[in-house]
Amino acid sequence: MIRDLFAIPHITGNAWTVWRRNLDVFLKTWRVNLVPPFVEPFLYLIALGFGLGGFVGYIGDVPYIDFIAPAIVAVSIMNSAFFECTYGSYVRMYYGKTFDAIIATPVSIEEVITGELLWGATRSMIYTGLMLPVLVLFGVVDLPTSLLLIPFAFLGGLLFACIAMCFTAVTPSIDALNYPSFLFITPMLLFSGTFFPLTVLPPALQVFAYAVLPLTHVVSICRGITLTLFTPFMLVSLVWIAIVTTVLFLLSVSLMKRRLVV
Amino acid sequence: MDPVIEAVDLVKQFGSFMAVDTISFAVRPGEVFGFLGPNGAGKTTTMKIIQCASPRTSGSLLVFGMDPGTHSREIKELIGVVPQETNLDTEFSTYENLLVYSRYFGIPKEIACERAEQLLEFVQLTEKRDVNIEKLSGGMKRRLILARALVNQPKLLILDEPTIGLDPQARHLIWEKLKLLRSQGNTIVLTTHYLEEAERLCDRLVIMNNGTILVEGSPAELVRDHVGSGIVEAEHSPGVVACLNDLGIHYDVAGDMVQVVTDNPRAVAQELLSKCDAKRVLARAATLEDVFLKLTGRGLRE
Repeated sequence: MIRDLFAIPHITGNAWTVWRRNLDVFLKTWRVNLVPPFVEPFLYLIALGFGLGGFVGYIGDVPYIDFIAPAIVAVSIMNSAFFECTYGSYVRMYYGKTFDAIIATPVSIEEVITGELLWGATRSMIYTGLMLPVLVLFGVVDLPTSLLLIPFAFLGGLLFACIAMCFTAVTPSIDALNYPSFLFITPMLLFSGTFFPLTVLPPALQVFAYAVLPLTHVVSICRGITLTLFTPFMLVSLVWIAIVTTVLFLLSVSLMKRRLVV
Repeated sequence: MDPVIEAVDLVKQFGSFMAVDTISFAVRPGEVFGFLGPNGAGKTTTMKIIQCASPRTSGSLLVFGMDPGTHSREIKELIGVVPQETNLDTEFSTYENLLVYSRYFGIPKEIACERAEQLLEFVQLTEKRDVNIEKLSGGMKRRLILARALVNQPKLLILDEPTIGLDPQARHLIWEKLKLLRSQGNTIVLTTHYLEEAERLCDRLVIMNNGTILVEGSPAELVRDHVGSGIVEAEHSPGVVACLNDLGIHYDVAGDMVQVVTDNPRAVAQELLSKCDAKRVLARAATLEDVFLKLTGRGLRE
């Protein structure tokens, strides 16, 4: 029973046809899609960086605006993949019946889900790529190391895509997706070392953040990249992300299969 | 020739509910094979099992000699599916829908483009080539779904209620296309609860009810074997009923009419008019609808 949930699916290159379908839609509606990644960093950097940063000054020896810049990227990685693979995938699955249409072709349900996950990750990567020039413009990230954010965004995006797809697979309705959005995503936004260092929290909460809040590890890596401060702990974060992504990938595919193949 | 589909004792169970209850049938190459039945008879479930979308509970099933449980990819390459629900991709235009769908079959772009244009012409949607599909009428959407089912040049076409909810013009257009496809040697399996559709299109059909197959045969055979050649109807009044009883003519009550099944409708009509003083008398040839109602009953299906 449990073993079935983590069974390794047979995936072929067909998954990319599903990814490509989503990319085509994204490119068709590119005007609306390009706005958020440009506007978001402006808002955060001005409000928090200059506004709040004026009072905070420095965290350690890092200016506050430089401290939050990588967190803004991490949050965007989280949001773009998570919302794509919850609300976006749910609409395609339930309202559009797109998955039903695709599995009537040689593409299998496992490949449909994989394509959706790859697309969620790609979306995070695209958004990061679009945010980066704004951060460079503000002079808050190091170059050229910060270019590493783009490939890393794919991995981080895949993590949140897999988390999202598990929720999508078990949600009874589109409204119920509000629960993970408010009870999981919002707390993570605040307690993952995003806008203040985790060290100010009680030790128990720090352990909690590193153990179960995926964003903590994504923020830690993003920050290491933009500040060019590579620490051994980043490797721990990378391994944590790789393991959790793998496990949740298997779980999300089998849960979706269970939901859709009856 | 080997059958295209061969099912023996096919069963599909959802919990304790038997959606498909031990059915056996074989579809021959080049024929139009129909599944006729009221709502909830198990037709759609049977289609889903054949098209590898839903695993069977038990029984054996071969599609092109392959088991859908183990060779779904190979089978799906050879079939085209028109689902009951309209599931076109609303993000794309008519033409793009065909191209994106072709990609799922791994059809090279150039061939896909060429085929998409031909198929749009075939279903008479060339004018709507670049229109978003939300702007298409119900009939146009069904035609586009038919075109979409043909992008991989399938050897077997599966249609689940292909003309559901369409007006007569749109329905006739779909029928015309299906007949054309059949004349080109395609094997077609369809479900319907439109009796006229089954009668016009199907070479052979089964009538299903409550997950089982009640009868199998050509429309003409079924009418002949289960009803007879003619039917005479008259109003359901005490006078007519008493008179029919006196004459010893067997009849069935169907709403406000009584029906007499006979091989000699002319004579029965004559008697009803002259001896029973019936006011409304209608003599007609028996149809598949009479078989259907006789076998599945007149109760309402929810």
